[in-house]
Amino acid sequence: MVLFVIFCPIVAAILIMIGAPARKMAVAASVLTLGATLLLLASFSPEQHDFQEVTSFPISSEWHLSFTTGIDGLSLALVLLAAIVTVAAVWFAGKIDKYQNAFYACLLFISGGAIGAFASLDLFFFYAFHELALIPTFLLIGIWGGGNRVAAAWKITIYLAIGSFILLLGLILLYQSVPTASRSFDIRALKAAASLGQISGDAQRHIYLLLLIGFGILTSLFPFHTWAPEAYAAAPAPAAMLHAGILKKFGLYGLLRLAIPLLPEGARHWTNLLVLLLLGNIIYVGLVTIAQKRLDWMLGYSSVMHIGYIFLGIASASILGVTGAVVLMFAHGLSIALLFALAGELRKRTGTLVFEELGGLAKVMPFAGLAFGLGAFAAIGLPGFANFAGEIMIFFGAFKNGWEIGRFHIFQIATVLALWGMVISTVYMLRAYRKVFMGALNERWTGLVDLRSALRVPVTLLVGALLCYGFFPQSFVRMTTPAFRTYLTANK
Amino acid sequence: MITAPLLEVGVLVLGMVILMFEAFATKIDKRILAFAAIAGLAIVLVATFFVAPVPSPNQATGFWNFYTVDRLSVFFKQFALLTTILVLIMMIDYAPAVRSSFPGAHDGLGEFFTVPIFTCAGLMYLVSAIDFIFIFVSLELVTISFYVLVSFTRKNPVTLEAGVKYLVLSALSTAFLVYGIAWIFGVTGQTNLQRITEALATPSTDQSATLLGMVLVLVALGFKIAAVPFQIWVPDVYQGAPTPVTAYLSVGSKAAGFVVLLRVLRPFATLPQMQRLLVLIALLTLIYGNLAALPQGNLKRLLAYSSIAHTGYLLIGVVCLDSNAVVFYLVAYLLMTHLSFAVLVIVAQQTGEQIADFDGLAKRSPFLAFAMLIGMVSLAGVPFTAGFLGKFFIFYAAILQRQIALVVIGVITVGCGFYYYLKVVRAMYWQPAAKIDNISVSTLSRIAIGALIAATIWLGVYPQPILDALKR
Repeated sequence: MVLFVIFCPIVAAILIMIGAPARKMAVAASVLTLGATLLLLASFSPEQHDFQEVTSFPISSEWHLSFTTGIDGLSLALVLLAAIVTVAAVWFAGKIDKYQNAFYACLLFISGGAIGAFASLDLFFFYAFHELALIPTFLLIGIWGGGNRVAAAWKITIYLAIGSFILLLGLILLYQSVPTASRSFDIRALKAAASLGQISGDAQRHIYLLLLIGFGILTSLFPFHTWAPEAYAAAPAPAAMLHAGILKKFGLYGLLRLAIPLLPEGARHWTNLLVLLLLGNIIYVGLVTIAQKRLDWMLGYSSVMHIGYIFLGIASASILGVTGAVVLMFAHGLSIALLFALAGELRKRTGTLVFEELGGLAKVMPFAGLAFGLGAFAAIGLPGFANFAGEIMIFFGAFKNGWEIGRFHIFQIATVLALWGMVISTVYMLRAYRKVFMGALNERWTGLVDLRSALRVPVTLLVGALLCYGFFPQSFVRMTTPAFRTYLTANK
Repeated sequence: MITAPLLEVGVLVLGMVILMFEAFATKIDKRILAFAAIAGLAIVLVATFFVAPVPSPNQATGFWNFYTVDRLSVFFKQFALLTTILVLIMMIDYAPAVRSSFPGAHDGLGEFFTVPIFTCAGLMYLVSAIDFIFIFVSLELVTISFYVLVSFTRKNPVTLEAGVKYLVLSALSTAFLVYGIAWIFGVTGQTNLQRITEALATPSTDQSATLLGMVLVLVALGFKIAAVPFQIWVPDVYQGAPTPVTAYLSVGSKAAGFVVLLRVLRPFATLPQMQRLLVLIALLTLIYGNLAALPQGNLKRLLAYSSIAHTGYLLIGVVCLDSNAVVFYLVAYLLMTHLSFAVLVIVAQQTGEQIADFDGLAKRSPFLAFAMLIGMVSLAGVPFTAGFLGKFFIFYAAILQRQIALVVIGVITVGCGFYYYLKVVRAMYWQPAAKIDNISVSTLSRIAIGALIAATIWLGVYPQPILDALKR
């Protein structure tokens, strides 16, 4: 089943490249993937601590390299996110002017690559699948992008290529850090070695730093975030949805999957650095977001900013905070995809996303206005949306970390500052909503039409998922927490 | 089962038969000769899989003092044959350019298709050579046939310049080689590599004098593999030579250079001075090759600098003495370089060799554009291609040996590589085309390019066959 979920989009992409009808095939494949993922979800047993649905094909016995897939609560959450966002992105893509087949093939490659990375239990394929998803991202921005597409594509290519290679160094070091006898690319084997204390403290510190920088670049951790807003502004909407919604979660997933369980000593050593950097994401990038004058750039920066909260949850290294981080990853993926989709539709209709030129659009596009409002509220973290559940868990988890009565440590200070981030995000989200959808309607836009009913399906899907897990986060938490309980009890 | 030296004899006989045939049958289409050569080399390639084992080097006598048939050499004989076959296929596509540079009845194609066979024999001898004299002789066979090939379209002044440059500098490097061998022989009294190792182990041997000899040999080999500071000839010669010959130089000549380097270095590898020198050369090669490739606008010249850059990565493997990583990288390098040159040969005849001439290739020939895409991403080192695994094994070895400087510079230069390789991809896919006519590809080239694409991806996903072939 896991293999089906990984290869359904990839096979469909290859068929589309050969000449299958692009849109029908892509929608069918993504819906099929979502259906299979829901079946996986139904058959998943949260009580079990180990990986489930494991399949393995040996590649090289000498290197202990095999193509192994399997899921636990953490990967399942992200695979589910990927499947939902893929359906929405493919659905929203509509008709493409040039190379329609290649466009849809690229979208499905991103989806398949991301799902493959989330479901791989083997370091090599974990890495390689992510790269497989990156290349179509570059192509999507470079070929179908708008605005300054070539420069943006260029920047993201070089930035992420270097990030990936730094990550690769970290992964090779990780592989070599365990004694020769137990060397393996299998994450489970590495975890077993780590739990026996076979990775020395020194090695952990070095590897963690490399992983943090590598994953940080891929995830737009401050100060490596400058590629993100530019790329998202230039990318076609479905590409931005897939990258900001799914692919960027790969770096966070990597930290959760590798850095925290395998390198606890390294994580502890670099905690202060990470907290400083994530405050840069929340406060500095937050303020930059307020200053934006275009909707697409604002959304790009806001997605960078919200990554800061997720990093706070990861840095807290408590079960509560880490679970909150996963919930927020999921929720943020859905809400940012929704916002990018609507921004893309607006750009298609009006040809501009500059705040000054828009206004009052809710009068002519009530459904889009409502959906955007919901997306904005979700991104702010209003109760009722899954984002709220995630953020509150992160704040509690981070605040409790190392707290003694009467003394604030770095985590308490960081939490207080991060809470101010909520205010910042409220300011820019509501301001964007007011400038685009409220106020006097510009003459030019009186002829605009609202979203067709066909396009309301993916919007409803995204909003529905956000609300569903916003009101019932417990079902989500029950699924993901066992993945952490085994290794986070040690350093509560 | 056949004995290994018969393989080279077979190749040489094939070359002579084709040469005779060419001399007497003047009326035929010369491309038949190329097909015959390809078929003949393919038969020899099959025969390499049935080579009989040889006496172990300790009891070796007579001929076996010079010549060995270990795993590495048989593997590289196959490598040389495969390269030559691919070069011949490219040469068939390149034939019109050669014909146009020979006005009159004699079109020179017969020699153009025959000389590579002798080069191939030279490469095959070279990878089996375990004696300095034999290394020298077979290296000369390779080099002299390259003198002819590089300046083959000699009416073109750029080609002529390339030929002269190659001739002069190559002769100089040969002189260094002989001088170095003379020093080593003078100190140890041996030319056989095995006996030199034994002689070096005895404390009475003058180590500094042998080191001097070895450095001189290294100069000559540095020239062959295009390592900094012996790389000056590379961009001009690569750009000026006929494109299939450039591919041959860049793959065949370099691979042979590395095999010899691995063999020759073995006795000296334990000396720390040698290690430091090699690290320095590798660093310089990486930096120079990658930085100089950045501003290039001519694809052939870009590939020349990229070939220097890949020498740098290969040298990392040599420094770490991981011959398996080096060999795997060379195989990957063979696939992706031939792929790029095969597309270049076809496209260059329609438009030109500039990167700008590839603008909009995706529209004119999706197949060629895809082939070039795979070639370029593999050269850059993207996962699921052979080039990535090659870099992976090299960096793995370097990290294992804690060669921090090499790893750091290596990663930065990989970033540079992404920039200049993807420049070609950008031109093909993102730029509008200047012309919109389709580019036709012959069936043979189509099959060869398709096979190269498949092999590049296959080895990027499943490298075990190569690893097994080296281990057995």
